[in-house]
Amino acid sequence: MSEQVIKTDAVIVGAGPVGLFAVFELGLVDVKCHVIDILDRAGGQCTELYPEKPIYDIPGLTVVTGQELTDRLMDQIKPFGAQFHFNQRVESLERCDGGFRLTTDAGTIFECKVVVIAAGGGSFTPKRPPLPGIEHYEGISVFYSVRKMEHFKDRDVLIVGGGDSALDWTLNLQPVAKSLTLLHRRAEFRAAPASVQKMLALVERGDVSFKLGQVTELHGEGGQLRSVTVKGADRASFEQKTEVMLPFFGLTMKLGPVADWGLNLEENLIPVDTAKFETSEPGIFAIGDINTYPGKLKLILSGFHEAALMAQQAHKIAYPDKKLIFQYTTSSSSLQKKLGVK
Amino acid sequence: MARITFIQRDGTERVVEADPGMTVMEAAVKNSIPGIAAECGGACACATCHVYVEDAWREATGSPEQMEEDMLDFAFDVRPASRLSCQIKVTDALDGLVVRIPDKQF
Repeated sequence: MSEQVIKTDAVIVGAGPVGLFAVFELGLVDVKCHVIDILDRAGGQCTELYPEKPIYDIPGLTVVTGQELTDRLMDQIKPFGAQFHFNQRVESLERCDGGFRLTTDAGTIFECKVVVIAAGGGSFTPKRPPLPGIEHYEGISVFYSVRKMEHFKDRDVLIVGGGDSALDWTLNLQPVAKSLTLLHRRAEFRAAPASVQKMLALVERGDVSFKLGQVTELHGEGGQLRSVTVKGADRASFEQKTEVMLPFFGLTMKLGPVADWGLNLEENLIPVDTAKFETSEPGIFAIGDINTYPGKLKLILSGFHEAALMAQQAHKIAYPDKKLIFQYTTSSSSLQKKLGVK
Repeated sequence: MARITFIQRDGTERVVEADPGMTVMEAAVKNSIPGIAAECGGACACATCHVYVEDAWREATGSPEQMEEDMLDFAFDVRPASRLSCQIKVTDALDGLVVRIPDKQF
């Protein structure tokens, strides 16, 4: 099988604010980057958890929302032309001749001299309802995402939740499923009003069954769901027959495969030195919320500082023969040229 | 100053002191109360600081605003007494507050 390998100077794992600013700092010292993130867009926690929440401690910006900060960073790093690889999670990281080899769950392979882990609290993964035995059903009859619609053809489908994902999949799967039941704890939905209207119209026509309640137990054999117990709005329980359940309760952060990359870890954080922000493995750096060192504060601004110092060492590794002269963006014509302002 | 009691699923109780103005979530995190993950750091964006307010305190703590009620959709085993502790501001009037940590947080 021919594998396409992307060769670059540095791979940044995580496109949150700190990963994005690492593109800037590495760019100033001519280290070319690719950025990988499991989400479908840049911003990490800032855009996933609090896009509209104001942040008050970014130097020079009295107040900025998570989305605005992300947009500004994307604009700021534009001159460096970093390539983004979204919806992918780095599964493995190995040493290879001349550096590192990373493979994502989408099969993309990168070879690089420097790895920068800016993975924050870890990968965003769907929340698993803490129902006893749910692990036996996962991947067989309980799913947290829809990869193939075909899988749900002519089956009794139960969708749990009241957000956009729950509503979108209710609308998309209803035409293929044998029956579709939407279960939510209340009759209000935190989703696009148009989707809610469409769903209510399907309920009206009898094409979707909407029920109020929360799942408390799963029943079935060999991973195949037969029914679930639901605690209804009146607190009385009832049985809901179903072959498939899709729970949509948002995302949570899990360290994920980073734990298997052979790095020293302290309580799910990566210890680094405070001069270079390098991990126990030379050439692999960790910046932002995912690292730890004496006095560490999980602040975006700390991550920015870490990115700047990391870039100095990353340059030495990527270009061992080139001498790096420290320069200011205010006065250096070569830096200004890189930024496209001269 | 308000004293807040956190009751774990196994019945263990911890009393912590909280200053007015901070949130019940912050009081929990500051005192390393297990079961309050507070992943988003208090932005009402993750539902991992879910608690049940004891009946006697439900009036004093008030009811969730729209955003909190929406976010409770992402919590597990939501009940009428459910609140996100990052949205309960500590006041002197809440001295003696008792909250229970859910059996399971996501």
